Amino acid sequence: MAIYLTQESKVLVQGMTGAEGMKHTRRMLAAGTTVVGGVNPRKAGRTVDLDDHAVPVFGSVHEGMDATGADVSVVFVPPAFARAAVTEAADAGIGLAVVITEGIPVHDAVAFTAHARARGTRVIGPNCPGLISPGQSNAGIIPADITKPGRIGLVSKSGTLTYQLMHELRDTGFSTCVGIGGDPVVGTTHIDCLTAFEDDPDTEIVVLIGEIGGDAEERAAAYVRDHVTKPVVAYIAGFTAPEGRTMGHAGAIVSGSSGTAQAKKEALEAAGVRVGSTPTETARLVLAALEDGA
Amino acid sequence: MDLFEHQARELFEEHGISVPRAEVTDSPEEVRAIARRLGGRVVVKAQVRTGGRGRAGGVRIAADPAAAELTARQILGMDIKGHPVRTVMVAEPVAIESEFYVSYVLDRGAGRFLAIASAEGGADIEEVAATRPEAVARVPVDPAQGVTSAKAAEIADAAGLPARTVDVLVRLWEVLVREDALLVEVNPLVRTEQGRILALDGKVTLDDNAAFRQTRWGETELAPDDPLEAAAAAKGLTYVKLDGEVGVIGNGAGLVMSTLDVVAGCGARPANFLDIGGGASAHVMADGLSVVLADPDVKCVLVNVFGGITACDAVAEGIVRALDSVRPTKHLVVRLDGNNAARGRAVLDARAHPLVQQATTMDGAARRAAELAHTA
Repeated sequence: MAIYLTQESKVLVQGMTGAEGMKHTRRMLAAGTTVVGGVNPRKAGRTVDLDDHAVPVFGSVHEGMDATGADVSVVFVPPAFARAAVTEAADAGIGLAVVITEGIPVHDAVAFTAHARARGTRVIGPNCPGLISPGQSNAGIIPADITKPGRIGLVSKSGTLTYQLMHELRDTGFSTCVGIGGDPVVGTTHIDCLTAFEDDPDTEIVVLIGEIGGDAEERAAAYVRDHVTKPVVAYIAGFTAPEGRTMGHAGAIVSGSSGTAQAKKEALEAAGVRVGSTPTETARLVLAALEDGA
Repeated sequence: MDLFEHQARELFEEHGISVPRAEVTDSPEEVRAIARRLGGRVVVKAQVRTGGRGRAGGVRIAADPAAAELTARQILGMDIKGHPVRTVMVAEPVAIESEFYVSYVLDRGAGRFLAIASAEGGADIEEVAATRPEAVARVPVDPAQGVTSAKAAEIADAAGLPARTVDVLVRLWEVLVREDALLVEVNPLVRTEQGRILALDGKVTLDDNAAFRQTRWGETELAPDDPLEAAAAAKGLTYVKLDGEVGVIGNGAGLVMSTLDVVAGCGARPANFLDIGGGASAHVMADGLSVVLADPDVKCVLVNVFGGITACDAVAEGIVRALDSVRPTKHLVVRLDGNNAARGRAVLDARAHPLVQQATTMDGAARRAAELAHTA
């Protein structure tokens, strides 16, 4: 098993015919993802040949779901069109919309995450690398060849730190890695993933990667304390970030005294979560915890 | 991006929120002329993108035009919490009867905006919020509904604001939505002795992600204060100047933030944050190196790249080409890991640049950079 994405998942790609969409659809196919179609109203009815795969293009998400039974959509459309794309996917009743697009205005993210929530669609992202269940399926841009299937679950605000930890722990392997994105408003939180990992029999331990800004990590800490029985190891980035400055990710900003890395670390440690001081030390803590449990 | 007070005032006025008469300038002589136009007695206010100006002496009353010019000479050029004062706003004084606080802020956890309002506005609002939270109303706004007159009345009522602020609350929501702002704040919103409702001071934070559809402000109007940051912004780089001596370049915001922390953990101080993104092409690497090396405080540079989608050999080629175009004079420590890392390291070995050293781990690279910074 895994969370949110398995070998049964049937994936549509919104924005597949663009350069990024095309490149990553190829990579998803190569990783074994069942990509059942692309969506582009101007190219509906055509078929795109991606290596050995002939992928049909549909005029809408609704049409694509009707024809293929797709239950996941990966969104690569440019920022200006992302709100319409996610709204369309939610209206079509897709179960999971993975929004890779970076640079979406926050007002649009507020609107489409609320709209999707009301219709029962889970949104992952925006501004995220997507998610991968190694050996099963890959929805987004996470490199599939870093690691193998295994028993670690990972949830992260950061793409490259996800890759770094996947790399450090490549010999142990992962059930699912979810990049939830670094924007101020995201559809899926650390807590959502912790809940799913707690219920996933194939996940034995969870790695939680956070960074400055907001209080998602503090909330996650409280959730771990009250609801999670599996071991959780965390890493937080941004201890040296100055107040009031956006550090690359739109959501990575310390405002006044809120959103600091120190406060997040303290909240997690108070909840019994071990917090690594570097990515490498975090990986060592994971291995040690697995050995303790074994 | 935060706006200056005078830019926020301009937005409020355009959206029909009453503001005191005011003009902005960088010239003390012009301040005297403005004061004359405004009736003699004026308030001279430093324009900086930070709070606490009043306590720092950046907001002063002048009795007449000559005093206004003198005051402006004292305020212009001041440094307020690291922000240089380049312009002042000269405003008519207002006879205040009561001060209120109103704002719309993003509630990240809930994924929607929140109205915050209080009948006890002014400079001490943070203390009021901390000591008597019941004096500050917090009302969530449904994104599908926005702030209608009825919603605004609910907010005003919850905070104990007079009914005449309802119109301001509706218009302020329009500012938030139409300008793609992440924060709009009026503090204080005042009732004058004549009974007018005026926005005396305001803060607006715009969403950088919405710049593509917001054409109101030019690049120079929103340019960062720091010259290195302005140069980086002009090249499209995500760069933040810090106050240390180890320049840091990496791919991905999380990894770069983490690199800064690891450098600090090794006893050195990072000089900057610079994320060159996933592609890390030769062109972007060269631009990044030139910005980081232009910082006179930088003693050495740490390049930390994890090749996820990008192959490390492509990154290494980028570094080699950047070395030839930028011609660095300071040490570089390069750590390449992930996709094609061995080939990438071989490319750098083959170039054998005397100032470039390689490290195989992030922690090792940070330690080496810290040592170089201490000995340079």
